[in-house]
Amino acid sequence: MKALVIAQLTFREGLRKKLVLGVVLLSLIFAALYVWGFHLFVQDWRAMEARRQAQGATTMLPYEVFASAMVLLGLWTVNFLAGVMTIFAAVGTIASEIEQGTLHGIVPKPIRRWEIVLGKWLGYAGMLAIYIGVMVAIVTTTAHFIGDYRPPNILQAYGLILLVALMLLSLTMLGSTLFSTVANGVIVFMLYGMAITGGLVEQIGTALDNDVLVRIGVIVSILVPSDSMWRLASYLVQPRIAVNFLGPNPFGTTVPPSSLAVWYSIGYMVVLLLLAMARFQRRDL
Amino acid sequence: MTSGTTPHRSGWAIETHGLRKVFGDRVAVADLSLTVGYGEVFGFLGPNGAGKTTAVKMLVGLIRPTAGSGLVLGRPLGDHRARRQIGYLPELFRFHDWLTGEELLDLHGQLYGLSRAERRRRIPEVLELVGLTEAARRRVRTYSKGMQQRIGIAQALLGSPRLVILDEPTSALDPLGRRDVRDLIRRLRDDGVTVFLNSHLLSEVEAICDRIAIVNRGRVIALGPMSSLLAGELVVEFRLGALPDGTLAALERVIQIDAVQHGERPVLVARAADEAAVAQAVDLLVRAGVPVYGVIPERRSLEDLFVQLVNEERSEPR
Ligand SMILES: Nc1ncnc2c1ncn2[C@@H]1O[C@H](COP(=O)(O)OP(=O)(O)OP(=O)(O)O)[C@@H](O)[C@H]1O
Ligand SMILES: [Mg+2]
Repeated sequence: MKALVIAQLTFREGLRKKLVLGVVLLSLIFAALYVWGFHLFVQDWRAMEARRQAQGATTMLPYEVFASAMVLLGLWTVNFLAGVMTIFAAVGTIASEIEQGTLHGIVPKPIRRWEIVLGKWLGYAGMLAIYIGVMVAIVTTTAHFIGDYRPPNILQAYGLILLVALMLLSLTMLGSTLFSTVANGVIVFMLYGMAITGGLVEQIGTALDNDVLVRIGVIVSILVPSDSMWRLASYLVQPRIAVNFLGPNPFGTTVPPSSLAVWYSIGYMVVLLLLAMARFQRRDL
Repeated sequence: MTSGTTPHRSGWAIETHGLRKVFGDRVAVADLSLTVGYGEVFGFLGPNGAGKTTAVKMLVGLIRPTAGSGLVLGRPLGDHRARRQIGYLPELFRFHDWLTGEELLDLHGQLYGLSRAERRRRIPEVLELVGLTEAARRRVRTYSKGMQQRIGIAQALLGSPRLVILDEPTSALDPLGRRDVRDLIRRLRDDGVTVFLNSHLLSEVEAICDRIAIVNRGRVIALGPMSSLLAGELVVEFRLGALPDGTLAALERVIQIDAVQHGERPVLVARAADEAAVAQAVDLLVRAGVPVYGVIPERRSLEDLFVQLVNEERSEPR
């Protein structure tokens, strides 16, 4: 499979990108802060518990509600950074290579054009799978060893956060076959921002029981389903008691998207990738 | 050759019929029909903007023709099966310059489908061929422009192709590098490889090409074997003794006299239709008792032909 040659090249090239390195650096800072923050949280909690027990008061809420909120915060950040990383990494993958002319030496080789697109997709997907895996592992091991807390369904959450990144990857790559690097960056970041805002609007709609707001959120999540998949992940990774305690909120949801939504998102990822392949197939270089 | 997938379906290495490419309202290639035989070194010439690069890009499948069709190694344009046996050096080559020369060739070898063993054998060979053995482990980014062009040529030869398409392979090379490329192309021809060469260096083309096409404004204005295109008319300089009256008039009937330098030893510059006419003229002079000190044929250069053809077109109304 020639696509794997391109995948390997893309993976190596991705690691060299300054913006990607920037995100990795940011992630390391985040990880350090997260470990430290979790540690402070546990200390505070213990101090409070001790005080409360000394006063003979009963525990207001179980520990796991707060620990879960800490995990949720961590995963939300991972999800956000992964999205940014995806867009930074792939924004110019086709466009800037056409602009620079590096594709002129590749395309006339005995490789089909769609294999080039698929290879690039696989290369970035591998990079993202590793990145998200490491980050999720940092969050869960921190919760485990520092907070003595194990969030449920962490593998599903990992899969869904990866799905978010892969959808954005397909979207960014499709844009890259259609627009210049800069235009694509603007467009994809706008869509990504819109998805996040749409998710917030939906949560506000749920809290206020406002149908119009909820509907806006749903429409946005059909256009760009990234945020809805994150909310499903967040729903799964919290114990029910935490979900109920938090209610509608910026980081999660009380109404999880259905499995249909998951299939829709997977289809979205595949179809956009296929469109990118089809578009590149006919493009003059 | 490792893959024998391309049969001789057509008798030509390259064959195009009415290829046309329009960008917006700009016609880059108007109507290109040409054939390149197997084993030929073919020169593709034309002024800037004539459509040479556009034509080549259609041959290698980088852009789609607006109209027309073509076969390369017996396969339709853009068919990826022919590409195993095509080596191509793009005009504006930019490779993944964060790789070292060796890594870059390894990548391209993989794209050609060469096995690890083949790559291990072939990469040092082509590096040697283009004189980059020393620089193999340096990043391509640190190469000079000429070195980058050399690695581009190495990449084009990596798969031991049957057809090599070079779009201005020597534009950045020093005189030695140019000579190397010339020798390289000769060696390829000796191995039976077909070479399609875009170049502005007419003396170079003249030295190595068997056949040429000259294009202007996206159309072929001359096509044929180098020798017959350059043959055309002969320009001959005659160095003579004293000319009796009437000799010039008699000569005019056989050759066309362009210039006469009178004196003790007159010099004539004349144009003859062919070599027989020159012999006739000499015969006539000798019979008239004119001493003939020298008959110096001036070969018409490719440059003369190019300038003449392109200028003729320019003076024509569009
Ligand atoms: N992508 C493009 N979009 C618009 N016009 C183009 C494009 N590529 C080429 N052209 C136009 O097509 C014409 C032919 O260009 P081409 O590059 O084929 O010329 P060329 O013969 O290779 O010239 P040179 O000797 O300068 O390399 C030019 O007028 C050029 O401006
Ligand atoms: Mg050109």
